[in-house]
Amino acid sequence: MLAGDEGLTEAAKDLNQDDSWTVAGRTFKSRLIIGTGKYRDYAQNAAAAEAAGVEIVTVAVRRVNLSDPSQPRLTDYVDPKRYTYLPNTAGCFTAEDALRTLRLAREAGGWSLVKLEVLSDQKTLYPDMIETLEATKVLVKEGFDVMVYCTDDPVFARRLEDAGACAIMPLGAPIGSGLGIQNPVNIRLIVEAARVPVLVDAGVGTASEAAIAMELGCDGVLMNTAIAEAKDPIRMARAMKHAVLAGRDAYLAGRMGRKRYADPSSPLAGLI
Amino acid sequence: MIIYLNGEEHQIEAGTSLTTLVSGLVADPRGVAIERNRMIVMKSQWDQTILADGDQLEFVQFVGGG
Repeated sequence: MLAGDEGLTEAAKDLNQDDSWTVAGRTFKSRLIIGTGKYRDYAQNAAAAEAAGVEIVTVAVRRVNLSDPSQPRLTDYVDPKRYTYLPNTAGCFTAEDALRTLRLAREAGGWSLVKLEVLSDQKTLYPDMIETLEATKVLVKEGFDVMVYCTDDPVFARRLEDAGACAIMPLGAPIGSGLGIQNPVNIRLIVEAARVPVLVDAGVGTASEAAIAMELGCDGVLMNTAIAEAKDPIRMARAMKHAVLAGRDAYLAGRMGRKRYADPSSPLAGLI
Repeated sequence: MIIYLNGEEHQIEAGTSLTTLVSGLVADPRGVAIERNRMIVMKSQWDQTILADGDQLEFVQFVGGG
């Protein structure tokens, strides 16, 4: 029995059971991952992470600002002891650049859980899957735990998994577009076939779209712009927390069947 | 002598170690990773790494990103 369960029905206790997920041997309660880009400042970023209830944040690897050492540092606001830093390869357009970035990330942070993304062009930021698959193979060989940003192609998802990816992260829509889950059928196909966690990464614009990702059976959702560019990022962060929980519960609960016509909820018998 | 640090020319004394260079530039070197001529130099190697003329160095760290 969990703390605070006294006096609850068995069914209610059941709902309080732990619904954690595990990636590369690390277990997390929150199924929401947020980025740390585009916020007004790191303080707002930290407040959003708090409101979103996340345990993982993505971070980028960039040159140290040597000309102005007084610049604020992410680590002073978003504590790496509290949050798992997931280094990404945003801005990398070749496997080679991505490998270089993640090797530096491992040296900077001392951990091996990383997010790989190899992009094709600036306009779409669509993943280059040939480069992505090649980089995945090399990183796995070098001992990295690789969560992979990818297209919503179920065949490539399987190839990535076969190459040793520890999580498959298909886009819902282009990065930063906020267009929502454009291809729910493919996301569902990927989820059904995968033996590793699947997270929708990119494309979510508002809370209902995060819920849709979870209702499709995803293990989690990763987002940045939807929160950072909301008028009130802190409130949107909280909305996303609730949406992910609601979508997850709806997936576990199993939705009703769709019917062509009405079906009254009150009994027909005993009508006056 | 001249080295290239994060893409910029930088004047240092001959015989300077990586540790000396870092301590003069970075207040808190935790979380900083260094590449020298495209090879990562682990923190444990900074002391014994003596810089050479024309070295290309990259100092990187984690920043906000999506």
